[in-house]
Amino acid sequence: MARVPVVFTVNGTEAAEFVEPGAMLSDVLRDKLDLTGTRVGCSQGTCGACTVMIDGELILSCLTPAQRVNGKSVVTIEGVATNGELDPIQQAFATGFATQCGFCTSGMIVAAKALLDANPDPSRDEVVDAISGNICRCTGYEPIINAILSAAAERRVAKSA
Amino acid sequence: MALDIVKVDSVREAAATIAASGDAYFLAGGTILARVANTGGFPVRTMVLSDGLGLDAIAVDGDTIEIGAAATMTRIAAEPRLAFLRPVAESIGGPAIRNMATVGGNLFARYPYGDFAVALLALDAEVTIEDAEKTRTTGLDDFLASAPAGGIVRALRFKLPPDGAFRFTKVVRKHPHGASVLSIAAVLPETGGKVSNARVAYGAMSERPMRAKAVEGALEGRALDAQTLENALKVATDGCQPQTDPQATDWYRMTVLPVHLKRLLSGEGRF
Ligand SMILES: Cc1cc2nc3c(=O)[nH]c(=O)nc-3n(C[C@H](O)[C@H](O)[C@H](O)COP(=O)(O)OP(=O)(O)OC[C@H]3O[C@@H](n4cnc5c(N)ncnc54)[C@H](O)[C@@H]3O)c2cc1C
Ligand code: FES
Ligand code: FES
Repeated sequence: MARVPVVFTVNGTEAAEFVEPGAMLSDVLRDKLDLTGTRVGCSQGTCGACTVMIDGELILSCLTPAQRVNGKSVVTIEGVATNGELDPIQQAFATGFATQCGFCTSGMIVAAKALLDANPDPSRDEVVDAISGNICRCTGYEPIINAILSAAAERRVAKSA
Repeated sequence: MALDIVKVDSVREAAATIAASGDAYFLAGGTILARVANTGGFPVRTMVLSDGLGLDAIAVDGDTIEIGAAATMTRIAAEPRLAFLRPVAESIGGPAIRNMATVGGNLFARYPYGDFAVALLALDAEVTIEDAEKTRTTGLDDFLASAPAGGIVRALRFKLPPDGAFRFTKVVRKHPHGASVLSIAAVLPETGGKVSNARVAYGAMSERPMRAKAVEGALEGRALDAQTLENALKVATDGCQPQTDPQATDWYRMTVLPVHLKRLLSGEGRF
């Protein structure tokens, strides 16, 4: 089957590629665009490692054909920092031991960003819900939940400054 | 394997494209179909996109609600007029799954999934289906009982239940959101202190979401008192044929269903 063109914005930059028909966005991000921060753990929708944002909504890139993203705007883990400055969420993960092997971390941080962008002052239960589609086999989740709560506080301070 | 992704301009064109091919499927949220495509569970060569077909609207006409088949769980949970369905929508996966998973796709979900269909069964929903030639409407009971007959589900329609009459519970092992050990939805309207037109539906208690008709019969025309509850619980598992899967054994499901039904009917627990 002939390759098909896809054109979309990724982390603010236009991406235009010819891809295998039906290729999932996760594969295009990793193999074509070299954005390997997005992980593929299961290709089944169950681990959340491939989580990205499409037009501001949290989506699983392993279940999204790239052709579906034509004309849309994608944010991956590589787009979470601003001008080389880590987002408070990334900082909190690093300082709060919320990342060990790191496999789940990109998906966790993107899920946390989607939460905090919409809800700057979440409750603990809301944080648990926000990462409930993301599996971590290392940390036991507590450090991740705490990191997101402290990043939320940090972001609120930064906003009011 | 390469997959052909087809964008169409109308639901009819989608239905015709799928009817003309043996291995083309409608792609709604993709939380089931894209998994199959990734793992080769059955051959999928073509996916017809639901995008841009206007299938995601939620409309209210008096006390009748119409939910477009492509409305997502996130949309349902955010809709103030459907607040009673929020616990159902929010029980289905984490936020990314809820942003993708559609109401229409839920009707085709395999065991033990289909929690939203369970709620729609209790609500006595009608399904509107468009195929290559015509549009037809059928009860969700009949729709679920027959093998998928082809065509595109356009919408689900039902009457708003009286305030407080809708109840839902879902038993999971993985918190906060897991696949069902079982789920129960009920609409229990009361007139003069007696239940009238009760509808009770189960998820994960047979291959597809099912009505608990014997329970409905035991409740009909009676006050929800201890005696009625006892009568209903005696027939709680009538017609059930659950399966064994990583969530629970068939035996466990049969054993705990009456416990959860009792809590739901007596107003204890979460719904
Ligand atoms: C991690 C995870 C957790 C999940 N948890 C739950 C859960 O707790 N409860 C639950 O019920 N489900 C659950 N699911 C299953 C699934 O997400 C839902 O059932 C969802 O509603 C399916 O909808 P979809 O739009 O993604 O379907 P798709 O994958 O797009 O489609 C599924 C099937 O239905 C057909 N189809 C879809 N829409 C239509 C239509 N309008 N007309 C005709 N055919 C159509 C497709 O062709 C396909 O064969 C889960 C899935 C995952 C991956
Ligand atoms: S790789 Fe997408 S959810 Fe696991
Ligand atoms: S840090 Fe290893 S899976 Fe989460």
